[in-house]
Amino acid sequence: MSSEALIDIKGVTHAYKTKSGPLPVLDDLNVSVKEGGFVAVVGPSGCGKSTLTRLIAGLMKPNEGEVWLHGARVTSPRSTVGMAFQNPVLLEWRSILDNVILPLEIVPTKLSRKEKEARAEELLALVGLEGFESKRPSELSGGMRQRASLCRALVHKPDVLILDEPFGALDAFTREDLWQTMHALKAKEPFTGVLITHDLRESIFLADEVVVLSGRPATTQYRLPVAFEGARTIDHLYTPEAAEMLNVLRHQIEIAQGRVAA
Amino acid sequence: MIRKIGVPLAAIVIFLILWELLVWANGWPNYKMASPSDLWPAFWQYRELFLIQGWETLWRTVVGLGLAVIVGILLGMVMGFSRTMREALYPLLVGFNAIPKATVVPIIALMFVGQHDLNTILIAFMISFFPIAVSVSIGLSTLEPEYRDILRSLGASNLTIFWKIALPKTLPEFFGALKVSVTLAFIGTNLMEIVSPHGRGLGALFDSGKTNADFPLMFAVLLALAALGIALYYVVVFLERTFAGWAERPEH
Repeated sequence: MSSEALIDIKGVTHAYKTKSGPLPVLDDLNVSVKEGGFVAVVGPSGCGKSTLTRLIAGLMKPNEGEVWLHGARVTSPRSTVGMAFQNPVLLEWRSILDNVILPLEIVPTKLSRKEKEARAEELLALVGLEGFESKRPSELSGGMRQRASLCRALVHKPDVLILDEPFGALDAFTREDLWQTMHALKAKEPFTGVLITHDLRESIFLADEVVVLSGRPATTQYRLPVAFEGARTIDHLYTPEAAEMLNVLRHQIEIAQGRVAA
Repeated sequence: MIRKIGVPLAAIVIFLILWELLVWANGWPNYKMASPSDLWPAFWQYRELFLIQGWETLWRTVVGLGLAVIVGILLGMVMGFSRTMREALYPLLVGFNAIPKATVVPIIALMFVGQHDLNTILIAFMISFFPIAVSVSIGLSTLEPEYRDILRSLGASNLTIFWKIALPKTLPEFFGALKVSVTLAFIGTNLMEIVSPHGRGLGALFDSGKTNADFPLMFAVLLALAALGIALYYVVVFLERTFAGWAERPEH
């Protein structure tokens, strides 16, 4: 039952149990990401985007439908997934280096302590955190903490990276810096990614496909392939093609919010 | 360093001077209120007793406190991880804690007649485990779900999550509660020592001062208790710095 897609979400329907009855959040949702692909998921607030990340990570099971990773059905968490959230959730009692190493202490690995450190240092250097290895998280800025969080998500070489609004709490300039860091990371550390975001510019800058979800319960409303010529730079966001894409996406979000008719 | 030791020391000296002045200005006799200058002779006269009884009080307090730490952490874990257990146990614990321990002392003393050490340790434990249980349960139940998800998404077991994240993250709250519990445990130990006949420890020394109308001795015992309390408190502060020093933000 394997297909080309590395992440395959098929007909997923999910509802949360609440005091006032079931709250449907996902309705027959279909998303697939091919190996090495990077899909951004946008949609109105509270439409179930974070539920989607938890389903892919195997942290919960959908009521209906199936989630497949690498041709295997996801029923429980697997160590081939890396996650980063809006809150970097670094452990305050560990140094930055030890925070990045954390996944290597959990997943089965033959690496020695030295090799683990080397692996973490390599990633930290890649995101510009060289020299901060022994610092505590509280000594770093928000953007730096998020960089460390990305390193932790990638340290065990997961083949799927799930990003749940990782740049949402950062200021605009820091955010653009981190977008470029993401491209640098992707070039060195190939992964298949799903990015949840509220930022349309971010979605077209980082992803090769943008999926717009409808309002709750969310279903796939629109797909936009993103293609720019050559390596992406912030300049691409100021081209007519980008403006056109953003326009289309903005319109789709308004439809999803129910503000305009389809 | 001068500030860290000098300031509290100066505060103690000033306090003793004010105490002395208060007694002197009012012309209070010994039996109304002893002054610090009356205490040194009492300390000196009974120096051996103070050492022996002080040790009795100290070790039983520490053992009672150790028991409170173990039981408090276990209760806190049970309540922190299970909402049902939290809802079931909180009213019981609050009710138990609301019972004045002075009323429990005779019950315990009768229950284990003659086992003075055990009785004392039990009361010290009963009076001091509550803050620890509450703080650990709050620390664990307020753990942000993302912290758990980071490890869970890698396939970590609940035990691993507890050791790697939940426990260290709860340490600052735990030590905050332990500071409260230290002083409570001393109260518990002394309750039993004073109330129980044939008691030992500083409480019994206080009681004998009362019987013999030796008022400076009674005040001297209170001071010795305060000194022990301060000493144990700083042991906890030291442990906190060692194990949860990361929670202290650098001063700006």
